[in-house]
Amino acid sequence: MQATSHDFKENARHALGDKNLQAALGILKRDFAGRRGAAVARLPEFDRLRAEGRAIKDHVLQHLDLYLEAFEQKVVSLGGQVHWAADAAEARDHVLAICRAAGASTVTKGKSMIAEEIGINEHLEKNGIAPIETDLGEYIIQLRHETPSHIIAPAIHLIKEQVADTFRDAHTHLDPARPLGEARQLCDEARALLRPKFLAADVGITGANFLVAETGSSIIVTNEGNGDLTQNLTRVHIVLASLEKIVPTLEDVSTLLRLLARSATGQEFSTYTTVSSGPRRPEDTDGPSEYHIVLLDNGRSAMLGTEFQDMLRCIRCGACFNHCPVYGAVGGHAYGWVYGGPMGSVLTPQLIGVKEAGNLPNASTFCGRCESVCPMQIPLPKMMRHWREREFERHLQPTAYRAGLRFWAFLARNPPLYQAATQVGAALLGWSGRGRGRFRSLPLAQGWTKGRDMPAPEGKTFMAQWAARQKQRAS
Amino acid sequence: MSDVSAAAHPVRVGLFVTCLVDLFRPSVGFAAVKLLEDAGCQVEVPQTQTCCGQPAYNSGDKVDTKAIARQVMTAFADFDYIVAPSGSCAGMLRAHYPELFADEPAFLPEVRAFAAKVHELVSFLTDVLRVERVAARYDGVAVYHDACSGLRELGVRAQPRQLLRSVAGLTVKELAGADVCCGFGGTFCIKYPDISERMVSDKVADAAATGADTLLAGDLGCLLNMAGKASRQGRAIRVRHVAEVLADMTDRLPPIGAPAERR
Repeated sequence: MQATSHDFKENARHALGDKNLQAALGILKRDFAGRRGAAVARLPEFDRLRAEGRAIKDHVLQHLDLYLEAFEQKVVSLGGQVHWAADAAEARDHVLAICRAAGASTVTKGKSMIAEEIGINEHLEKNGIAPIETDLGEYIIQLRHETPSHIIAPAIHLIKEQVADTFRDAHTHLDPARPLGEARQLCDEARALLRPKFLAADVGITGANFLVAETGSSIIVTNEGNGDLTQNLTRVHIVLASLEKIVPTLEDVSTLLRLLARSATGQEFSTYTTVSSGPRRPEDTDGPSEYHIVLLDNGRSAMLGTEFQDMLRCIRCGACFNHCPVYGAVGGHAYGWVYGGPMGSVLTPQLIGVKEAGNLPNASTFCGRCESVCPMQIPLPKMMRHWREREFERHLQPTAYRAGLRFWAFLARNPPLYQAATQVGAALLGWSGRGRGRFRSLPLAQGWTKGRDMPAPEGKTFMAQWAARQKQRAS
Repeated sequence: MSDVSAAAHPVRVGLFVTCLVDLFRPSVGFAAVKLLEDAGCQVEVPQTQTCCGQPAYNSGDKVDTKAIARQVMTAFADFDYIVAPSGSCAGMLRAHYPELFADEPAFLPEVRAFAAKVHELVSFLTDVLRVERVAARYDGVAVYHDACSGLRELGVRAQPRQLLRSVAGLTVKELAGADVCCGFGGTFCIKYPDISERMVSDKVADAAATGADTLLAGDLGCLLNMAGKASRQGRAIRVRHVAEVLADMTDRLPPIGAPAERR
């Protein structure tokens, strides 16, 4: 996927003017935060659970090599295979090789952000294999040639009227006059069209919410059941997962699952939680005959031992997206790459470079709402600040901004000079704004005054008034 | 926290004025002085203060941030408490200075000791000085916006509401999404004005939807942002710092962004 994170400002401006997107985001802001809040309120031990979940992940990150090797051994002992991929290209090669060996012409896919990260759909298409998205949101955006705008709700940027139009354009064999006004009708149509594709596919690709070292299992969580059909009806099951998805035991998974659904959708548990351990055994009635895990690093191991390590605790619940006022204003596509929202603002600079993605950690007010809802207690604002430090060190910020900052810092470090300057500034602004009490336009603050007034200062600084008052009291 | 309201010696408080109050709304500083003096504190204002350092800190400039932080800590070294009429600046001194100097372990204990003495004004009044009510009058219906740093870094939520309840003539309503950022964000509103403006539009619309005639908060950055948006949209809502209401000073100065003649 070609990143457009560099054009974040332009993307954001476009998004702010998109009426359908704004309507869709309005629903997201209202529903997701409310549902999470209600679910958390029903579970008094939620914060204790967060601390437990965090400890599990911190422990894993301390011993990542150990658990990854244990996981591989277990998978192999069950008859499966683990394919290690240092980067996206290696992961794509592994997937293509498995598909080719299976003689695949169509591949069904459950939702996977790693699939987006490595751009597997384009790669398969280029090589004559048709990928078919089976998650409803993913199916919709595949028809529209779009990317996910949210890690758990990929088509959240659309309103249902747009989805109806998309279906009418794509499903031309159906009666053009059929009713598609209700969400139910859209679901039924997609379900009916996807069912034969599940049966015809040669390979099924899913992601993984967790990999379990103890049992060699991969676990997916869905609300549609499409993941189960993807991995059970095909002969070959490929799991795409990144390194940090590993968890020691099923017991640990159960702790994390209790956090995941509540944080993501406000459910106590997702509708389907599916544990896959190796290929079909002789006594099994169904299941794939091949089970492959493609384990992706792609820059993650380089985060270990750095100030960004905590980011690897992320379980991709999306709570930070749902509570971020910036995401709520511009949606996911503005971020310009696979991961948006606060978690993307931390992870994307690591994966595609801070020079390309520098806007992302800057486009935050540091309001801290993301960290306050993160089930893994990831200090997202702090890590965004670390990216800004890297930018500052490498002189990547705009020249005018750096110059302004340097001038301000020079003054702030010289109190007498600072106070002389602020007295002049306050007097000047106070005098020229005294009639209306505000400015409709200010030469050096056009960004501000384009859409709002600048209240006028009272006229004399506090420090000057205080000094005068002290003098008066002394005399 | 020890109860200092009954201490034999007056509590010595250093007022961290904050750069925005100093420049835009000095009356908030005097409101803070009045509230602190009424509660029995001896208030002093070190003349070598400028800013808490957030513009540099949030721009990744650690060298300047540390220099400014050292300057603040020196200026306020001798006080029992350091109090700011802002959750954002108090949060910087209290929560972020220790993070800033985490790479200087020899200096860190001193920073931590300093940070522990720093408080946001209203929570200092209620939590440390045990102030339960104020003698003030304000005729109106207000909503209170929870500015982010005060709320999430310092736990300021119930305290302003508690004191506002004692203001004669005032009704306080709850604001839907009171914990959602107004879009100010310091340098954010300069770097991303379009997004900032959308956020403040939503905030002002939410405030207006409650039917309140007054919008209060404890941070001047947020207040300038919200007042500026409200006045551009021609909304009649009056925007004020909570300290102005608590200190009974609203007769002396117009709301933020309003002309002096109106009142």
